[in-house]
Amino acid sequence: MQKSKHILVLVLVLSLGVILVACGSSGTNKSNNDKSDEAGGDDKSKDYSVALVTDEGGVDDKSFNQSAWEGLQAWGKEQGLSKGKGFDYAQSDNESDYLPNLTRLTKDGYDLIFGVGFLLQDSVSKVAKQNPDTNYAIVDTVVEAPNVASITFAEHEGSFLAGVAAAMKTKTDKLGFVGGVDSELINKFEVGFVAGAKSVNPNINIDIQYVGNFSSAADGKLIATRMYKDGADIIYHAAGAAGNGVFAQAKDLKKNAPEREIWVIGVDRDQHDEGKIGEHNVALTSMVKRVDLSVQEVSKLGIEGDFPGGKILEFGLEDDGVFLASTNEDAYPEEIKVKVEEWKEKIVNGDIEVPKTRDELKKFEESL
Amino acid sequence: MMTNKWFNILVPIFSVFTGLLSGAIIMLLFGYNPIQGYIALFQGAFGDPYFFGETIRQTTPYILTGLAIAFAFRAGLFNIGAEGQVIVGWLAAVWIGTTVDAPMYIHLPLALLVAALAGALWGFIPGLLKASLGVHEVIVTIMLNYVALYSTNAIIRNVLTESADKTDMIAPTASLASAWLENLTYFSRMHYGIFLAVIAAVVMWFIIDRTNLGFELKAVGYNRYASKYAGMSVKRNIILTMIISGAFAGLAGSMEGLGTYGNMTVSSGFSNLGFDGIAVALLGANNAIGVILAALLFGALKVGALNMPTQAGVPNELVDIIIALIIFFVASSYLIRWIILRFKGRGNK
Repeated sequence: MQKSKHILVLVLVLSLGVILVACGSSGTNKSNNDKSDEAGGDDKSKDYSVALVTDEGGVDDKSFNQSAWEGLQAWGKEQGLSKGKGFDYAQSDNESDYLPNLTRLTKDGYDLIFGVGFLLQDSVSKVAKQNPDTNYAIVDTVVEAPNVASITFAEHEGSFLAGVAAAMKTKTDKLGFVGGVDSELINKFEVGFVAGAKSVNPNINIDIQYVGNFSSAADGKLIATRMYKDGADIIYHAAGAAGNGVFAQAKDLKKNAPEREIWVIGVDRDQHDEGKIGEHNVALTSMVKRVDLSVQEVSKLGIEGDFPGGKILEFGLEDDGVFLASTNEDAYPEEIKVKVEEWKEKIVNGDIEVPKTRDELKKFEESL
Repeated sequence: MMTNKWFNILVPIFSVFTGLLSGAIIMLLFGYNPIQGYIALFQGAFGDPYFFGETIRQTTPYILTGLAIAFAFRAGLFNIGAEGQVIVGWLAAVWIGTTVDAPMYIHLPLALLVAALAGALWGFIPGLLKASLGVHEVIVTIMLNYVALYSTNAIIRNVLTESADKTDMIAPTASLASAWLENLTYFSRMHYGIFLAVIAAVVMWFIIDRTNLGFELKAVGYNRYASKYAGMSVKRNIILTMIISGAFAGLAGSMEGLGTYGNMTVSSGFSNLGFDGIAVALLGANNAIGVILAALLFGALKVGALNMPTQAGVPNELVDIIIALIIFFVASSYLIRWIILRFKGRGNK
């Protein structure tokens, strides 16, 4: 008797749920049918389709994932495509999602799939081996496979210019560098920055510290607090979201003492907006990495049938793949701009070889 | 007694159902079709061999962390430290996997054993502190999670590699990866670990329901003072519980290290395997079979959810909310229990 009552309750609730779901769906049927028709459409046509898989940051990370997605959207717009029809993205919440996301997009029949960020290196390498007929591209690192294009940036060259600008701007002859994770990639930023600063002033002091991750703004702020207290007046960050803490600290200091000269150099995207505080702006400049441009470029090559499989593409100063933003005109005067241009010429002409690793930096410093 | 057993089955089913229902309502409110959404979820988890393999792959560590937490719950302990125990187990497994050179029948069991021992050690510390000084295990295990995370990162950087951000791949002799399971499932990362996880569930059931130790643990869980009065050593039982619980979680870590990834990466945050394990244990009503089923559900949700944005157009953020709602209702099974009791009470009048 007891039992049957419970079953009755369960059945009632179940059926209520089914009715609710069924009612609701009829209301939205139309719009969703349209959507699925669109999605089905691209399977039939022979159109070239491109997708990307983000790392843990997601497409709204204000950094390179977002930039990559913007590039893909721009490419799609050019081709007259819309999201879900010709191009799309899959977001990863953590490490274990990379491979399923890549595999799913492969199975969905995309012709070219981007893995955004060096964290996806192993996964792209694996999936490329399993699916030799699909093309892949990896951003920020190298995967050696005939169907993978590796997109890298000359971060050291851009950082070199940031170092030049910082060394000219500083009043205390003390600079700071805040890195995300101590890795080969972020070392390129550090080494380039140091080399650039020392090229201008060999006796300059540079305080280098790593946060240990790309996400903890609180830790970034703590490090910036210490650096500014120790007399650094310009900090260059290559720490993703953790670098927002550097901006936060600089803005706090500026707010309390508006006459104090405190600057931050942003990274990846033009972070001018991050630096705004009242009528001031603490963003001296940003070392911009055109991930969007590279994604657009490789997609274009792909649709034209010239996919650069197995090649390593480096986007550098000469093709504006990396450059220094000059949005903050008050802080970034003509004088510095001209000087930075001069150094840029030297790098592009091959007069100086910017170091990429700490060992190369040692040699570079000796040659100064 | 009869109603109690009935309840343990009804409540989780009801929780999952309520969760799915509220997820559907959320999707409706935002103008998405919940049926399409759930079809995408289901296909993303079981739709073809690849996704099925990935679901099983995700389920494997969930079973083990679920068992770890359920085991501690049975003795009245709340092991929030499963996360840290997973991390040290993972590290230990990869350490043995990359440095030791031995034939497979020694290498693999050794790696698993050391992973379990590492997890057990990480469980022993809070167990000892609780038993000897009365320090609450929740505090200690939370803190030890961070100790595990950051020490592991430091060890990967400075001991296992020369400041690289991931370890070498383990030797094939220590690997749980299986070519035939991978071929069966179109290159998914499904590995032999699932069999180990099921065996571990049997072990847990055996210890809890068929041994003196299990009886004592449960007694301590029900009433610490009565157990002491009955002549049981409460301290010994607390320490043992945490050791066994930690060993389960350590094994979960080895599933990732020896099966899924084959290496370990410097990580800025937790894997969440241990935390999700809490929900798995709750949903599984702290018993072995329940944990396996709950882990399968969580594995399916986790893997299937990835398919919702691309196939059904439901945005990632909404998918996270829906999954969280399901977990919320699962975790609030006490509330549901209470509501059902109320309902029943009224019916009897």
